[in-house]
Amino acid sequence: MTTMDARSMGTSVRRIEGPDKVTGTATYAGDSVADGTLVLHPVQAGVARGEITAIDTAAAQALPGVVAVLTHRDAPTLGDTGDPEHRVLQGTTIHHRGQYVAAVLAEHAEVAAEAARLVVVTVDENPSTTGFDPDAQAYTPSALANGQPPDSGVGDPDAALAAAPVVVRASYATPMEHHNPMEPHTTTATWVDGRIEVFEATQGVESSRQTLATLFDAEVVVHASHVGGGFGSKGLHAGTVLAVLAARTVPGRPVRFALGRRQMFETVGYRPATVQHMALGASRDGRLEVVTHDVVGATARYKEFVEPAGGSTRSMYAAPHRRTSHRAVPLDLDGPTYMRGPGEAPGSFGLECAMDELAVALDLDPIDLRVRNEPEVHPENGLPFSSRGLVECLHAGAERFGWSSWDRTPRRRLVDGWWHGVGVGCGTFPTLRFPGSAAEITFTGGRYVVAIGAADIGQGARTVLTQIAADALGVDVGSITVEIGSTQVPVGSIAGGSAGTASWGSTVVEAADRFRDKYGENPDDGDHADAATPDNPWAGEYAMAAYCAQFAEVAVHADTGEIRVPRLLGMFGVGRILNPTLGRSQLQGGMVWGLSMALHEESVVDPRFGEVINHDFAGYHVASNADVRVVEAEWIDEDDPYINPMGAKGIGEIGIVGVSAAIANAAYHATGVRVRSLPITCDDFLTSGLL
Amino acid sequence: MKPFTYARPSEASEAVAALAADPDARFLAGGTNLLDHLKLGVVEPSQLVDVNRVTSTAIEDLPDGGLRIGAGVPNSDLAADPRVRERYPAVAAAILAGASGQLRNMASTGGNLLQRTRCVYFADPTTPCTKRDLSQGCSAREGWARYHAILGTAADGCIATHPSDLAVALVAVDAQVQVLGPDGARTIPIGELHRLPGDDPTRDTVLAHGDLITAVDLPAPTPAVRNSTYRKVRDRASYAFALVSAAVALEVRDGTVADVRIALGGVAHKPWRATVAEAALRGRPATDDEFRAAIAAELDAAEPVRSPLGGNTFKLPLVTGTVVSTLRGLAGGTA
Repeated sequence: MTTMDARSMGTSVRRIEGPDKVTGTATYAGDSVADGTLVLHPVQAGVARGEITAIDTAAAQALPGVVAVLTHRDAPTLGDTGDPEHRVLQGTTIHHRGQYVAAVLAEHAEVAAEAARLVVVTVDENPSTTGFDPDAQAYTPSALANGQPPDSGVGDPDAALAAAPVVVRASYATPMEHHNPMEPHTTTATWVDGRIEVFEATQGVESSRQTLATLFDAEVVVHASHVGGGFGSKGLHAGTVLAVLAARTVPGRPVRFALGRRQMFETVGYRPATVQHMALGASRDGRLEVVTHDVVGATARYKEFVEPAGGSTRSMYAAPHRRTSHRAVPLDLDGPTYMRGPGEAPGSFGLECAMDELAVALDLDPIDLRVRNEPEVHPENGLPFSSRGLVECLHAGAERFGWSSWDRTPRRRLVDGWWHGVGVGCGTFPTLRFPGSAAEITFTGGRYVVAIGAADIGQGARTVLTQIAADALGVDVGSITVEIGSTQVPVGSIAGGSAGTASWGSTVVEAADRFRDKYGENPDDGDHADAATPDNPWAGEYAMAAYCAQFAEVAVHADTGEIRVPRLLGMFGVGRILNPTLGRSQLQGGMVWGLSMALHEESVVDPRFGEVINHDFAGYHVASNADVRVVEAEWIDEDDPYINPMGAKGIGEIGIVGVSAAIANAAYHATGVRVRSLPITCDDFLTSGLL
Repeated sequence: MKPFTYARPSEASEAVAALAADPDARFLAGGTNLLDHLKLGVVEPSQLVDVNRVTSTAIEDLPDGGLRIGAGVPNSDLAADPRVRERYPAVAAAILAGASGQLRNMASTGGNLLQRTRCVYFADPTTPCTKRDLSQGCSAREGWARYHAILGTAADGCIATHPSDLAVALVAVDAQVQVLGPDGARTIPIGELHRLPGDDPTRDTVLAHGDLITAVDLPAPTPAVRNSTYRKVRDRASYAFALVSAAVALEVRDGTVADVRIALGGVAHKPWRATVAEAALRGRPATDDEFRAAIAAELDAAEPVRSPLGGNTFKLPLVTGTVVSTLRGLAGGTA
């Protein structure tokens, strides 16, 4: 078993749609505006829980320019997708604040907004719980959001903790966070003769098509040429259903629904809050005897999603006794969903901070502690690793970062009024391949047209698939045209799970192999071959994952407690990097988000109102340019022949994993103040008594 | 949004008369704050009276060595003016510490002083807010009060802070505000322009409906004002409102504080001139201990908020750290 030869793969082919994007000619879902397009403005629930008793639409309907007002009274019964979020206008029950309870269609956005304001919804409000209390009644979910069981265990962790010579116990908290891609969720839908055509901001045209086809029992075509970021939030949410319901009432006329920023905080998902109770027991020479990671997380009462925050603890370090558990506290909020590094991003904060605390307790370099606990095989299922670059990442990263030049004792370096320190945090993310894609290769006009319903959400799928196809066909990238982003080409799986490139790429390689088998190197016009995603023969034989070691330098102002991150270095073990420019961009983007998660991001729910109260970019901070200084992403050479023909591990999510822990650990090293709750802000230091 | 009409008069007196005739009309200058509020439904004016044609965009020298800044001068022009940068460094620094380049290009000098609080409850018409509607209570007191006031608050009343950076610096340099109202022109010292909430938090300033700011006068700079700066502490490095800010001017002679001005942002319903701290410092040695004692005296009257969603008691050490650090820097030490 070997990875395929690379000619274009591994080179920085320029982003194919780059010129279209920088000249503003790339069309996004909201740009596909035909004459006569109507604008939808929703009416949303003002309470978190209740029953609608009346809706008065008279004033809205009387407003000039209003074309239609939709309510549950006139909505058709939709097919069942199994997802409660898709049951739009299907009844009178309100499950969360911001739920769509009606909608207005009008000729202009201003008229639609004013008419929506004039719709009077009368509600019998019921008591609700929207604030996350980790000590509240929690239940054991049947499964985590990634399908894994909620609990795992090996040995007798409680007894091992009682017997371990050195024990660290601590609890870590991560807040609710919202994705906020630059492009808010947008749908442009037209319903003609029982056929629905949708221009959609989505991470998967085929999954969107299937959902809409089930809901509306109609033929559905979905297009997504360009998508302005997704990060897990661009599955199919209620707004798309609402837009198609509206389009159904005005056959032949396009209906556009583009969410406002505040609606992004109540209708398209979020990362739920967690509290993680960690316990580590070790021998005095730094061998872990036991690791436990017990997570209490928020979920929605009407739609379960349990963040698998303890998931990566199942594979990170060797220890004979181990336990992970997940309990869920239901809230009357909209449903949480996948958000970049779901599970791993918040879970690495708990595990990697606890490892740092253990290193302090042992008076051991935190890199040495991790190296000493590197597992030979997957510590829970016993599988060998297809490749595992963690130790090499730690060593290579430490070298590049200048780790050894820092005294390990905290609170030693005060420069120009700022305390400086360094920290490390590690991470992993599974290497997956989704089934169900199909690729078609047609030789026409001297070019190879490669068609697969992939989604380019900014990660560069169009470009990288061109490179993969070129190498698989043995031709130059200039001979390849890739057609993606539509259900009018063969089906593609979603851009998610860091599995897009692996899934689509494996499928394209399979189709290319068949094409070459059939037609050789000199095909005739019209020759074509297709293939479905091949199974990975090594699945179940090896544990497959990406690894990283993140290094941070932090500065904390000695008078004000302001915290800055002058330097981040991420060292990654991710197999073959297919395009260094795009890959570095994606890894750096993840690291910037990790910084943002560490220092800024927090959705504050005010339980009196059942909503996120800092629901715009003035209140919900993401890192600004001035917060982001030196961010370096590098990788080790790693040849993994077991994961896919390209030898490439997914890199969409690993960039964020471990960053917040590295920053928290560096903040401790800088100041001696251990912050166990994100985000880390000046008050954490001001109220510590240590500044 | 609610329909409204739009007028663009060519004389200031017309603009003032238009507002005087319509209690629900509003002036529109740069629109950087008002347009957001229109879209959010925070304000629902009947009429927008555009004052961009009737306010000066000039910065003129005054005979006493001061400057007259037209109310229409964009924030970016004001910050870039060499006279402002040299004579009133705190003013230029305060502007550059706020918003973004794009917003500073649009925002006017007069409008900056009249921007509304960024309290999240004020900006959300679905939550009660006593600043929007006197008949309602304050949601922030039991809510997300991280950005809220610790000084000059009334029991159970509004705890909003004034968001302007510029206003804080202008308070430190004793600017004068020129106003044209229905009854003619008058001058208001900047320290008296903004109000504490008292029993009417709906009013941010002492201006009456129809009063139009036409200019801001900066008096000739004192040695302390020439040695002034603006320090803004916030939750990210840029593009955020202040948790605490300080416009500080300091003149030290022979190790002793000869003159000092301290104005604080992010702590009160108005830019807060720290007169207690100033008085405590004049004539005292310019040392950290003296700085710390002076600001502690100022904060004797502080009433931080303790709320289930996170209060702002941390602002007490934050004000202290910010002011001490800034004074130390102006005295030649490490800021």
